Amino acid sequence: MSTTTLDTPRDSQTTGRRDIVKPRRKGVVSGGVLTTVTWILALVFFAPVAWMVMTSFKQENVAASNPPAFFFEPTLDQYKAVISSDAGPYFLNSLIATGVSTLLVILLAIPASYALSIRPVKKTSDVLFFFISTKMLPIVAVIMPIYVISGQLRALDSIWTLVILYTAMNLPIAVWMMRSFFQEVPGEVLEAASMDGAGLIKTLRSVLIPMVTPGIAATALICVIFAWNEFFFALNLTAAKAATVPVFLMSQMTSEGLFLAQLSAASVLASLPVVLAGWLAQKQLVRGLSMGAVK
Amino acid sequence: MAIRDLSLSRRGFIGAGVGAMAAAGLSACSGQATAGGKTSLVVAIVSNPQMTDAISLMKDFRSKHPNIDVRFVSLPENEARAKITASVATQGGEFDVVMISNYETPMWAENGWITDLGPYMEQTEGYDAQDFIPTIREALTHNGSQYSVPFYGESSFVVYREDLFEKAGLQMPEQPTWDQIRGFAQQLHNPEQDFSGICLRGLAGWGEVMAPLDTVINTYGGRWFDEGWNATLNTPEVHDAVAGYVDLVRSYGQPGAATSGYGDCITRFSQGNAAMWYDATAMVSSIEDPKSSLVTGKTNYALAPVKETDSAGWLYTWALAIPETSKNKQAAWDFIAWMTNKDYLKLVGNSLGWERLPPGSRNSTYEIPEYAKVAKDYANPTLKAMGNATQDKSMVNPVPYTGLQFVGIPEFQDLGTRVAQQISAAIAGSQSVEDALRQSQDFAATVARTYQKEG
Repeated sequence: MSTTTLDTPRDSQTTGRRDIVKPRRKGVVSGGVLTTVTWILALVFFAPVAWMVMTSFKQENVAASNPPAFFFEPTLDQYKAVISSDAGPYFLNSLIATGVSTLLVILLAIPASYALSIRPVKKTSDVLFFFISTKMLPIVAVIMPIYVISGQLRALDSIWTLVILYTAMNLPIAVWMMRSFFQEVPGEVLEAASMDGAGLIKTLRSVLIPMVTPGIAATALICVIFAWNEFFFALNLTAAKAATVPVFLMSQMTSEGLFLAQLSAASVLASLPVVLAGWLAQKQLVRGLSMGAVK
Repeated sequence: MAIRDLSLSRRGFIGAGVGAMAAAGLSACSGQATAGGKTSLVVAIVSNPQMTDAISLMKDFRSKHPNIDVRFVSLPENEARAKITASVATQGGEFDVVMISNYETPMWAENGWITDLGPYMEQTEGYDAQDFIPTIREALTHNGSQYSVPFYGESSFVVYREDLFEKAGLQMPEQPTWDQIRGFAQQLHNPEQDFSGICLRGLAGWGEVMAPLDTVINTYGGRWFDEGWNATLNTPEVHDAVAGYVDLVRSYGQPGAATSGYGDCITRFSQGNAAMWYDATAMVSSIEDPKSSLVTGKTNYALAPVKETDSAGWLYTWALAIPETSKNKQAAWDFIAWMTNKDYLKLVGNSLGWERLPPGSRNSTYEIPEYAKVAKDYANPTLKAMGNATQDKSMVNPVPYTGLQFVGIPEFQDLGTRVAQQISAAIAGSQSVEDALRQSQDFAATVARTYQKEG
């Protein structure tokens, strides 16, 4: 659309009135097509989620019916079953693992990003590459050593093992994300702060962090999503005491018998906290993700 | 100024890290077995319906053993098996009770990973270990000692739609042959109505397509290895068995058979989209449950189809064992004894319904009048199938391994799945049975070399 409005005056000067309409109509048509395509894509992506929510209100045999049932008598049985199946500890564990690891990540990533953007240390790019290189090894390749080491340290089935691993898992991404937000802070602002006599901590606390809050919020939300949904470590390193929500979802499945409806209800409940967090942070998130911190 | 602040903050962050580590250490220490005078048990089980029932009945266990606190780790079969194997093999020690099958029990007993349960069974009054179905008890015994006790057991048989058979004027024999099954499937197959003559597993996996297919190979006179540990998947017997199975499922089986396993077949048969289904006897708990099945009351059961042998069913059991690493073996046994004794069966029947009884573990289960009533259609076929499920009765030639629908060696999980992938591809039509078996023979020969050297 913006292209059309920009082009129009120039077109009218060179080719006359009849052509003025043409590009605009073209713009409307292509805009309409684009809108339709966007809607279709959005619906395609949303359909599985909608189906999951729908399935969660079905009885098991209705959920398994073929052809699939679009009209049915909704029931809350599956939600009742999930809630009565002692899901509380799993949610609590997920909350601890997600909350503490995100907090640690943010606490560690702020100074790291500061050192890598505003006051670049020696070999900054090497350090950055080192950070991201830790993400290059697939987790499945390190699970055995991690499992054995955790076993030796008697740290299997401990929520703090997950906290440490999730912190390590999210830290590189957080440093990279926050660094780009920090880089957009104008140097003048920091100079002004320094001239007013603010030390490093004060600059960080009173000047820098308030300016990059949307960036920090976006980073934190990403960390929350990754940690909340993490499955592989949780499955392999926990048992009864420290199991998190994704493991709980897995336990709703069975190789004998029907489970789709109850699994869907459990999945809806498991998604709610993240959806809620995303919805609350929506404004900050969009600003943080799409435009950078301080534009 | 800046440097001083930086170093301060660094120290702070290091402090936070150390704090987290210390917290981890503390929690690891507090995670020991006894808390507040109670013994804490962690039980790893497979999340099948009968096990979920056991969890829901824990109130009864708690009232009998107020000092034992039981926590469950319940996962689907594949994940549970991977997790339990990793934990027990590396002495991870997370679990006090694990649910394993007759595939793992002899190997793990040989490795010294699990506890001999014989002494525990003897000292438990009224436990009656002799009541376990003999073939199952034998499969869980190593060097004369029983290392795990069955929670439920199964063989394989055919379920069929009696109403449709009558309508078509067909008569299912008590002991059908594969040729007869093929004939029935041909007559009842109706793809236009999305109705298939038979449902058979085709999903790649040693516990999926290979389970029914191995029983077909057995009854056709084939085997995985001969007594000198030579791979024998290239023999005419194995070829005929596999070609017959693949052709049957491709011609008269369910659509998309190459990706359908036990779960898919349950759905298909119980929703009334198939005339027959050859699979685990445990299927009855889903098929006979009116809440999840549309064909309840319209079905009947026949023994596993045969070719050259008198019987062909498999033998499988989910059993409970105690890893050697457990620090609470007596409490672990108290729990196992609760879940596998005769009283538990009555508890399930009275509180949840007699059709929900874990079947196939004890002979006495079939003597309970209430159960005999609900299970009148399938009790006899199940018992008969389990009684016949021995290598003597279901195989033509002797083999150097244990197991009917599996080869009792650690490599089989991998080997079986690789071969299953080849078979699954043949069912999908992307390669011929000959190519699939040629490749499978290579895989099997590689594994065989280890045993030839040892032998």
